[in-house]
Amino acid sequence: MFNKKQPPITEAWRGLTFTRRALVVGGAQAAVGVALAARMTYISVIDNDRYVLESESNRVNLTLIPPRRGWIVDRNGKALANNRVSLRIDIIPDRLHNREMVLGRLRTLLRLDGDTMERINRDLKAASGFQPVAIKEDMTEAEYSAILVRLPELPGVAPQRGFARNYPTGAAVGHLIGYVGAPNAEEYEKAKDPLYITPGYKIGKDGLEKYFQEMLKGKPGARRVEVTARGKVVRDLDTQPDVQGKTVHLTIDADLQEYVARRMGRESGAAVVIDCRNGDILAFVSMPSFDPNSFSDGISNSEYAWLRADDHQPLINKATRGLYPPGSTLKPMAAIAAIEHGVDPGERHTCIGGYRLGRRFFRCLGTHGSIDMPTAIEKSCNSYFYWLAHRLGYDAMAPTARLLGLGEEFQLAGSNQRYGTIPDSAWKLRKYDQQWTASDSLNAVIGQGYVSVNPLQLAVMTARIASGRRLYPRLVNRQFPNEPLPFSAEALAVARAGMDRVVNGAGTAVRSRLPLDGITMAGKTGTAQVRGLASGSRGQSGAWKYRDHGLFVGFAPVDNPRYATGIVIEHGMGGSRAAAPVARDFMTFLFDRDKGMEALDTLEAGWGGTITERMERDYAAWKMGASSDPDPGVPE
Amino acid sequence: MIPVPPAIQRIPWKLIAILCGITGFGLLVLYSAAGGNWSPWAWQQGVRFLVFLGGALVLARLPLRIFEDFSYLAYIGVLILLFAVELLGFVGGGSQRWLNLGFMNLQPSELMKVTIVVALARFYAQLPPASTRSFTALWPALVMIGLPAALVMLQPDLGTALSICIGGVIVMFVAGLPLWWFGSTAIAGIAALPILFSFLHDYQKRRVLIFLDPESDPLGSGYHISQSKIAIGSGGIGGKGFLNGSQSHLDYLPEGHTDFIFATMAEEWGLIGGLALLFGFFLLLRWSTRVALKARTRFGQLTAAGLTMTIFFYIAINLMMVMGLAPVVGIPLPLFSYGGSSMLTIMTCVGIILAIENDSKTGTRRFH
Repeated sequence: MFNKKQPPITEAWRGLTFTRRALVVGGAQAAVGVALAARMTYISVIDNDRYVLESESNRVNLTLIPPRRGWIVDRNGKALANNRVSLRIDIIPDRLHNREMVLGRLRTLLRLDGDTMERINRDLKAASGFQPVAIKEDMTEAEYSAILVRLPELPGVAPQRGFARNYPTGAAVGHLIGYVGAPNAEEYEKAKDPLYITPGYKIGKDGLEKYFQEMLKGKPGARRVEVTARGKVVRDLDTQPDVQGKTVHLTIDADLQEYVARRMGRESGAAVVIDCRNGDILAFVSMPSFDPNSFSDGISNSEYAWLRADDHQPLINKATRGLYPPGSTLKPMAAIAAIEHGVDPGERHTCIGGYRLGRRFFRCLGTHGSIDMPTAIEKSCNSYFYWLAHRLGYDAMAPTARLLGLGEEFQLAGSNQRYGTIPDSAWKLRKYDQQWTASDSLNAVIGQGYVSVNPLQLAVMTARIASGRRLYPRLVNRQFPNEPLPFSAEALAVARAGMDRVVNGAGTAVRSRLPLDGITMAGKTGTAQVRGLASGSRGQSGAWKYRDHGLFVGFAPVDNPRYATGIVIEHGMGGSRAAAPVARDFMTFLFDRDKGMEALDTLEAGWGGTITERMERDYAAWKMGASSDPDPGVPE
Repeated sequence: MIPVPPAIQRIPWKLIAILCGITGFGLLVLYSAAGGNWSPWAWQQGVRFLVFLGGALVLARLPLRIFEDFSYLAYIGVLILLFAVELLGFVGGGSQRWLNLGFMNLQPSELMKVTIVVALARFYAQLPPASTRSFTALWPALVMIGLPAALVMLQPDLGTALSICIGGVIVMFVAGLPLWWFGSTAIAGIAALPILFSFLHDYQKRRVLIFLDPESDPLGSGYHISQSKIAIGSGGIGGKGFLNGSQSHLDYLPEGHTDFIFATMAEEWGLIGGLALLFGFFLLLRWSTRVALKARTRFGQLTAAGLTMTIFFYIAINLMMVMGLAPVVGIPLPLFSYGGSSMLTIMTCVGIILAIENDSKTGTRRFH
């Protein structure tokens, strides 16, 4: 502004310029000062709420207390899964000053092995601040108190009384309840819940534990502590207790469940018991099983390898995942179908030891002579049913089978089912692009060929025949219409009468008559071939895995059905030999506990103890290098 | 009425009250920052203040003539020290700033903040008025500023280099140099900003970038700014109360007793404490600006104006930094932050300004 006019520069002008410019500088400084004051006002007044919050979240650290898991109880309130006190110690990384010394002492005191030490070191490296790192869970009182008295010399070690999952009946409920386990990395990524990385927290991994996870999990408690920027705890602020998860009530009868599991003995198989009044599943057993306690505590590699190596497949739930040819157990169903299609149950057919279809001769197990329908069921006469199937065709019978629950996948809590096949001509055309033949019908009617079912379906079928209603199986109290089946009373009566005579007449399971006064059981045995007849043997001897499956379906009491069951004993060689006695014993147990237990105790003495004792011995033997007994003794 | 002896009258009681007020408040904050302890910071800072205050009052008794006479010599001396730092100095906190003199660690760049102002004031005081708009008024000043600023940048210490430049430029400005020089330089400077930016060290670049977007790195270098704002913001109007600041006591606030002491104070004393402190600094700067305006000599005028700017620059940059308006540069808050170097500089400035005030009270008004 002065460079144009160029006034003479004098001392007076210079003094004036100085004053003017010094005032400009002073004014600018004052302006900056006001701006700073405004800025501070903005931060501390207008943004105050936000910064108070951030300051609090800096200061206060939340430590989660894992919630106690809800119980799973049976129909009488008896626990199938509960919690036991678990003594554990963790390390708080931030309070761990002399790491080598403390870890060394812990290693000697708790006899930790190399694998564990490696895991601890890995976890410590990954952990930050005060996120506890688990050292050992489920310690004995002795170990725990050994740590407790030395606590002053072990800075950073935090002993805790927590809870761990407990399954009082162990392996008996393995497949039914499932198990819990520490969440893995993917599950944490999915849930984004800090609780998932809190030591001691377990989630349902399988079965009902997984299905009812939301109900069972409860609400975590929290401990609020004041911490420094480096995570050092200054003081406790407050603690909010956890809220235990809700209890899940099952329809299972815990005593029966355990009894059935034990009664299966050394066999591989499954049994399901259903209440004929409402479809409640009272027992749901697949044996051999695994001990869910082992899984929930983190199963060891060798124990898992042992379970996998067992040819009896303890890791597979055979009650819903095992598919078997049902054999003769489907004959009462075929009888109902025939009567519904106008066959007179009194009409007689002569069994000549088989049935001729064209040039092929389909064999019967005996030569039964002239028999009517109930007798055909009683004697399990193949010829009679070949004749029915040839006459009506299997397309007439398949809808009845489906109405009785075969080939159906049930909406059942926590189960993963394979639902098998009830074949008909349309199914074969679709699947194999072939026409249905008469011999297909003959094979299907005796439960061989394309037919396959699971033990749960067998139990449902029996319960439906016994009750005459379309019972829907349930594990929890859900309401189903359970409407009457569209079958004539006569058809159901003939099927029941035939089944009655199987056990109580001169049938295939007379040796399994209930040893009770006034209470009788009706049933139907089945023997399913594992290998075709062409192999020469009848599957009654030879290697275990080629023997016939033994099946049995039954209900009791006959006059007023209350309990229905379906049992499969894998490679049991015959329904009457392997499966029916199991039903006899647990049905006896249901009506007379002492008598039932008496029978079981005798049997277990012969098998070498209870499930737990046998599993422990087998595992020890396996670890020693010997494989578990591949050829289990056959009961009786 | 009891006559007040002239020796007592000559002591600048009002100024001492302002200085003691600011420093005393600072001692309380240091006491709190140490978790309610006088050691290790508060008592040491208090003793140091008394020593330096005594020094400033002695400095104020010296005739102004002496400062003018020794200004070039002091400038050259400090420049040599800066070279020495470059050659012999030891590295602390990532940069090479200190000379170990045996009894204390000297930071020559702090001394340069004062000497550059005094030397330039002398240069312009001696410059004939007619040359004010000529090139001779410009190039010696630019060399005098440029040399030390470049040496300090090498250390590297961006904050101090800026402070030296600002002090010098303000002297040039109030000396009456043509406005368009400043205007065009400012425009050129803004244009050259990206080029200058590329000369910065990596950590300095990162600080600047994080300043522009602090949320980008809340746990790294942006941590300082975020935690400082949390401390100030959570204090609210009345503060959390003396000894109750969680941000500082739980170590969330880094450097809570030095560069970020204002945040420590604001957390416990709130907006009221902050405004009180700002008012204290306002009184100090108003006093020195008045001294500049009333100075008897041109040397006094320019020196007082330049030193006022030096003090102001400390305060402004530090407060802008803690409130998230400037990048993190290591500049302490004068009289408030724990530390000897900055207090020495400020008290030297105060001493020289006092000498100028005394000079204008005693002598007759005279221009060079």
